Amino acid sequence: MKSLPRVLLVAVAGVLVAAPFLSDNPFYQRIAALTALAAISASAWNLIGGYGGQVSFGHSVYFGLGAYSSLLAFTKLGVPPIAGAPLGVLASFVLSVIVGLPSFRLRGHYFSMATIAIAALAEVLVTNWAFAGGAIGLMGPANARSLADLLFRSALPYYALFLVVLGSLLALTYLMQRGRMGFYLRALGSGERAAESLGVPIRRYKLYALLISGAFTSLAGSLYVVMIGFIDPNSGFGILVSVNMVVMSALGGAGTLFGPLVGAVILVPLEEMTNALLGGGGSGAAYVVYGAAIMLLARFSPGGLAQWWSLLAGKGRRGAA
Amino acid sequence: MIFLQLCADGLLLGAVYALFSSGLTLIWGMMNVVNFAHGDFVMVAMYVAFFAFTLLHVGPLIFVPLAAITLFMLGVVVYFALVRHVMRGPMLGQIISTFGLALFLRYAALWAFSANFVSLPDTLVGGVYDVAGLRLSASRLLAGATALVLTLGMHLVLTRTDLGSRMLAVSEDRTAAALVGIRPDPMQALAWGIGAASTGVAGALIALFFYVSPEVGNSFTLLAFVTVCLGGFGSVPGALLAGLAIGVIQSLSAYFLGPSTKDVVVYALFIVLLWVRPQGLLGRA
Repeated sequence: MKSLPRVLLVAVAGVLVAAPFLSDNPFYQRIAALTALAAISASAWNLIGGYGGQVSFGHSVYFGLGAYSSLLAFTKLGVPPIAGAPLGVLASFVLSVIVGLPSFRLRGHYFSMATIAIAALAEVLVTNWAFAGGAIGLMGPANARSLADLLFRSALPYYALFLVVLGSLLALTYLMQRGRMGFYLRALGSGERAAESLGVPIRRYKLYALLISGAFTSLAGSLYVVMIGFIDPNSGFGILVSVNMVVMSALGGAGTLFGPLVGAVILVPLEEMTNALLGGGGSGAAYVVYGAAIMLLARFSPGGLAQWWSLLAGKGRRGAA
Repeated sequence: MIFLQLCADGLLLGAVYALFSSGLTLIWGMMNVVNFAHGDFVMVAMYVAFFAFTLLHVGPLIFVPLAAITLFMLGVVVYFALVRHVMRGPMLGQIISTFGLALFLRYAALWAFSANFVSLPDTLVGGVYDVAGLRLSASRLLAGATALVLTLGMHLVLTRTDLGSRMLAVSEDRTAAALVGIRPDPMQALAWGIGAASTGVAGALIALFFYVSPEVGNSFTLLAFVTVCLGGFGSVPGALLAGLAIGVIQSLSAYFLGPSTKDVVVYALFIVLLWVRPQGLLGRA
């Protein structure tokens, strides 16, 4: 699998990354920006959910935290929304320690059940929190006061910004994957008790993974409101926000470096184009397809597309990871 | 007085929670798989009841059994088509499989029936009874009593019959059960069938006095989780007690803390319980 597919892969990736800059169709530029953004949160989820095998349905809490931090900073302090992003990241650290740490006692299904409840609880609390706009939500700046508000008519500047963040996250993941932490997390993902008995300090490494994962998911939430300019409890904390991260990772291959990115590249354009075709009324239909896709993946290919890729590239050689 | 009234209402609703949570606990006890679509099964049953009434003009005597049969079949199909294949596979597949099912059911319902709330007419099982100063509506009495009887019945079947012993054998040790001539597959399919049928009855009963919408499933799933967790994973009597307790807690917190907080109290209880006693309040370590 070594040389030829890798060169091909880099070439294809290069073309895909550059394409929106060459196209002058705003619709495609917007899709490219949204794809990069979705890839950030899915890749962040992948750190704990894919590598670490701790399937979280509650990552929307981090996303909402970032989004709300940015828009609260704007509405209450009058600073540009992006200035709220560090606050969101800080809040995500606090959340990881206070809520994540006790949840790590739970294994497998129990952990996932807890994360669903945590996200549902967060959504109800924010809906009833008048300071944060209650059920109505918060709006970003309507007109740019300065460049720092990051309000652009074109989606291209957002795309460039998202690419930088995505690139840093993937570089970090790559380093982690090759280092001690990557081995620990994969050991954890393939069997918690076995990893523990081999001396992996599982709680500490779960926490490290959650800290990075939560921070980048929160950052994705901040970037989302910088571009979209609006957040409400459902679009910030709703279960579907987590669903997107899970389905993209599972489709591309959970626990692989590029899996979530591949999932996002397939699903986001698909969803945007269906919505455009069905006039927005088709958003429910997209989740019917997602649900079916998740079931089919779980049933036939739990490793996602990455499983097929390694089969193809390894020419049937077993155990290629 | 208002306190007793709230407790009575809570107990009647709690009996229905106990019924569908028993189904979840049965499935968990048999094969250590969580059905993340459990609340959405309840939602499907509510729509079965609604359409049986509006299209076929039949009453609860017909549509409750009809929902039970429909959901029984759905449960068996889900077991053979999905769960049987993923339950021995990687954890990720186990967890996301029924979660995908939940999404599929929820958004298929949204797509087919729209997000609008619908409900059965209040007069379908009308009337209010005055019992020792408490005002109990007939629909809730019917739902609570039926659910209580069926939950106890499920417990008796599981503990006192030959069939129950076979299911217990499979849940204790699949291989050993197979060695003494009990085929595990039909028993596990039956557990899914009974577990889903319990949501069928419960959903049809709740539809008598509760609105129906595609998204009600999420809160029922969480209610079933907290009930099963409180009662101990795998225990039907535990689920019964816990269901009644949750009903009362919800009813009291909705009155004293405001309707929007009734979910907050229950979800927070669930998270804290999982943190401090993952095996359940009445469960064995």
